[in-house]
Amino acid sequence: MEISFTVNGTSQSVEVADENTPLLWVIRDVLDLKGTKFGCGKAACGACTLLVDGEAVRSCSYPVKFAIGKKITTIEGLGTQDNPHPVQQAWIDEVVPQCGYCQPGFMMATAALLNKVPNPTDDDIDENIINICRCGTYYRMRKAIHKAAKLRAESEMNISEKV
Amino acid sequence: MAEEDNHSKQVSRRKFLVRGGLGTIGVLAIGTYIFRNNIRRELLRMVNTLEMPYADNTDKPMIWFEVTSENTILLHSPKVEMGQGTFTGIAQMAADELSVSMDQIYVVHAASATGNVDSVATGGSTSIASLWQPLRELAALLREMLLEEAARKMNVAVNQLTIEDGVISGGGKSLTYAQTTEGVEEWKVPDKPVLKNLKEYKYVGKPIARVDLKAKVYGDPIFGMDVQMPGMLYGAVVRPTKIGASFISADTTDAENMPGVVKIISEDDFVGVVAHSMIEAENAKEAIKVTWEISNEINTGAIIEMMTVGNGKSTVIQKSGEALEVEDDFVSLEFRSPIGAHAQIEPNGVVASVEGDSAIIKISTQVIGITRKEVAKRLGFDVEKVNVVPTYLGGGFGRRLHTPHAVQAAVMSKAVGKPVKYFFTRKEEFQHDMFRPPTHHVVKGKLSTEGWLTDLEHHFVSGDVGNNSALIPGFLPPIIGADIGAIRGGFIQYTKVPNYRSVYWHVDLPFATSWWRSLGLLANTFAMESFIDEMALKAGKDAVDFRLQQIGDEVIDVRLKNVIKAAAEKANYSEEITNGRAMGFAASIDAGTPCAQVAEVSIVDNEIVVHKVTVSLDPGLAVNPDQIRAQCEGCVIMGLSAVLYEQMFIENGELLPTIYGPYQMALMKNAPKEIDVILLQGKDTPGAVGEPPLGPIGAAIANAVRRLTGERLAELPLKLPKTT
Repeated sequence: MEISFTVNGTSQSVEVADENTPLLWVIRDVLDLKGTKFGCGKAACGACTLLVDGEAVRSCSYPVKFAIGKKITTIEGLGTQDNPHPVQQAWIDEVVPQCGYCQPGFMMATAALLNKVPNPTDDDIDENIINICRCGTYYRMRKAIHKAAKLRAESEMNISEKV
Repeated sequence: MAEEDNHSKQVSRRKFLVRGGLGTIGVLAIGTYIFRNNIRRELLRMVNTLEMPYADNTDKPMIWFEVTSENTILLHSPKVEMGQGTFTGIAQMAADELSVSMDQIYVVHAASATGNVDSVATGGSTSIASLWQPLRELAALLREMLLEEAARKMNVAVNQLTIEDGVISGGGKSLTYAQTTEGVEEWKVPDKPVLKNLKEYKYVGKPIARVDLKAKVYGDPIFGMDVQMPGMLYGAVVRPTKIGASFISADTTDAENMPGVVKIISEDDFVGVVAHSMIEAENAKEAIKVTWEISNEINTGAIIEMMTVGNGKSTVIQKSGEALEVEDDFVSLEFRSPIGAHAQIEPNGVVASVEGDSAIIKISTQVIGITRKEVAKRLGFDVEKVNVVPTYLGGGFGRRLHTPHAVQAAVMSKAVGKPVKYFFTRKEEFQHDMFRPPTHHVVKGKLSTEGWLTDLEHHFVSGDVGNNSALIPGFLPPIIGADIGAIRGGFIQYTKVPNYRSVYWHVDLPFATSWWRSLGLLANTFAMESFIDEMALKAGKDAVDFRLQQIGDEVIDVRLKNVIKAAAEKANYSEEITNGRAMGFAASIDAGTPCAQVAEVSIVDNEIVVHKVTVSLDPGLAVNPDQIRAQCEGCVIMGLSAVLYEQMFIENGELLPTIYGPYQMALMKNAPKEIDVILLQGKDTPGAVGEPPLGPIGAAIANAVRRLTGERLAELPLKLPKTT
C-alpha cells in the first residue's frame, strides 16, 4: 500500500508491503535517511527517536501506518550546519558525543522536551530523557540540554524583537 | 634489506609513492623502514606492561598522508574511532608537525587495501601512546620532504623558508604544499626527521573539539550500520538461544517460500537467509526450524559454584615475602562480579560484497587485520584480495575484537552474487555477546599492632579474557602463565606491605567471555580497594593516609600517590557524613596510568545515589585534555552502570535478559550531576586514557556506602539489603 507523509518538510509517498512495518525501516532503508538509528527494535533504548508532529517517537516500534498524513522530523531535518537547531548548537558547544551512535535519538528527544518544557529542571530532564548512552555522555548531555534551553529562549527573543 | 636499514639512502619509489588524479595531487608517505624495529620494541613493551602495541603489518607501502589539491591533508588512521577520540588526538599531532591548521587536516579510516591498518587492534587504551612517536616522525618526514622540494622549486635555501598553515614561504616567494607536490618524479627523503620542540606545538595539549563532532551532531551516515552498496540485499543468520548448543540440522522448507527471500544458505557451521529487506530476512530466519543438540541447561548458580577461588588452575602473578598460613589471625573477605554485557548501542553488523576472487568488507571492527584474514581464509582468497573498509564504531568497548559475522556475510554475498548487509538483533547481541567474565575474589590481610598491613593477598578467579583470542599471539599465554586480560588491575599496589601476593585462578566457562573495556580492572579494583578500605577502618586510620603510607617509592608509585593526594584535596575528602552524604575513596593503576576517585553518595529510598565523583588521573602528556576529561566522565558513568545495575544471568542454559531495561543500565537520572576531573602530568609522553578511569569507581561507591550504612557490599551489582 502507498503511505504519504511529510519528512523534514518534504511530502513523501512510499510503497510498503506491510503497513505495520516500523517507521524506522521506511526512514532508513526506503528514504535512505540514516541519521535515525537502530538500537534494539523494542523501543527500549531510544536510538531511533524522531519527531512525529513534534512528539518524540521511538520509530523502531511505531507502525508506519500511524504516520500517515503526519509531519516527521529526523535529525537530518532538525537543523543544518548553517542554521543549527539550538539543541545541535548546544551539543557542539559542550562537545557531547563520543561514539555518537545514540546522539541523534537524544537530540530529537531533547528537541521534543524543549517544545513542551522550554526551561527544564534537572528533574524534568531525568523524567523525560530516558534513552541509553553506553559511552556515558549523560554528564555533558545534561549541560547541553540546559544550554539548548537557553539558546532556544535567546533565539525566540531575537525573533520576537524583530517582529 | 640493507638498503632499507640505511636511513640516509634515497627511498626508492616502491617505498614512496606519488599518486595523481581524482582531484588529488597526492603525496603518499610510508613508514616501513622507520617501524621495523619498532615492532620488536613494542612487542617487548606489550609483554612488560600488558599493553597492546601499534604494529604495522606489511613491507608494502602504507598510505599515511595525502596532500590534496585544496591544500588539505588526508590522514589515513591505522586506528579506528569508536568514541575514544583517537582521530582528534592524531590530527592534533599531525597538524603540529606538518605546520597545518586543524581545519586543513581530515582523518579517515585507512582501508586494509592500502596497508596502513594496525595489524593488532584498536584497544587497550594505547592508540595515542603508541602513535605518539611514529606518527609525529612521519609527519615531520613529510614536512621536511616538502620543504626540500619547495626549496628546489623556488630556488631558496631551506633555512630561509618558513611554513604556516601548509604554505611554504621565503625569499619573497611562496608555495602551498599542494603546489609543492606537483610534478615531482623522485622525492628526497631526509636522513632522520627532526621533531619540533613541544613548545612549538599549537594544538597538542589544547582542548580541541573533536574532529568528528559535526558529523555526529548532524547525523551523518558514518557507522557500519549506515553502509549502503548498490544492489545490496539483507542477510540473517540463525542462532541458538541456549549456550553450548551445537547445530544438527535445519528444515528450511517454510522459509524458502517466505516473501522476499532470495536464498537460504546452509553451511556446515551456520544457516543464513538472504532477502530483499531486513524484515523479510528476519521473518524467514524465524521460519527455519533448526535442531540443536543441547549439551547442558545450566543456571547461574552452577556458574557461581564454578567461579570460586580454589577451582581450576592457579598462577602466582606477584609475590613478595611469605604467604599467610591458615593458623594466622587474618581478615578475609570475598567479593564477586557478575557476567557483564557490552550492550554497545550499534549492533554488530557488516556489509560484504564478494565478486569473483575479491571481497570488500565494510564494518565496525576493532581488528581490521584479523577480520581480513578470517574472511580471506574462509573464502579461500588471497589476503590481498580482501579489502576491509572500517567505518566509525557505534561503541567498541572490546566487543568488536571479534567479527565472525564478517565471514558469514561474505559467504552469503558470494552465494547470491550481491552485496549483503547483515547485523545482529538486540536479542542476539545479548545472547551472543563475548561477555565480561564473572569473577570471585578472596582478599586477605593482617594488621600490625600499629595498624599497618603486614600481609596482603589477592586470590581471584576469572573466565577467559585474552586467552583463546585471535589477538593474543599463541606464544604469550604460556610465557605469562595467566590471562593477560583477566589479571589487569589484579596486582597489589601497596608494595610497602612486607608480605604480599596475587594469585590468579583460571576456570573454563561454558560460554564465550572476552575483552570488556578495562578487562579485569573493574572487578579486581573493586575487590582490592574495598578490602583496603575495610582494613583502614579496622586500623582506625584515614582511608587516604592508610593508602599513601603503604605505597612504594618507584616512579609509578609516586605518580599513584600524587593522584591520590590530588583527588583527596580537590574533593575535600572527609570520613564524616555530611547532609546524609558520605565519601568513598579508591585508586588503581592500569596500563601505566594511575587514577584515584572520590564518590559522594547518599541513600534515597533504599537506593544508592551517586551525586559527585572527583577523578584524578595522570595520563602523562595530555594531547587533548578535553577528550581525556570526556573519557574520565564516560568511564565513571559506564563503571557506575556496571557496578550498580548490570548483570546477566543464566536460566536453563539461556543467557538473559535479552533487552535493555531488564538488562538495567545507568540512565540520565542515575549519572552523577557533578564529575570533577583533575589531570596530572607525571611523565612527558602520552599514556593510557580510555580504560584506567574505570578502575576505582566500584570500590569508591561501595566504600561510601560502607560509611553510610555500616554494610560492606561485596557483590556487584551493589544492592542494599531490602528494608522491611
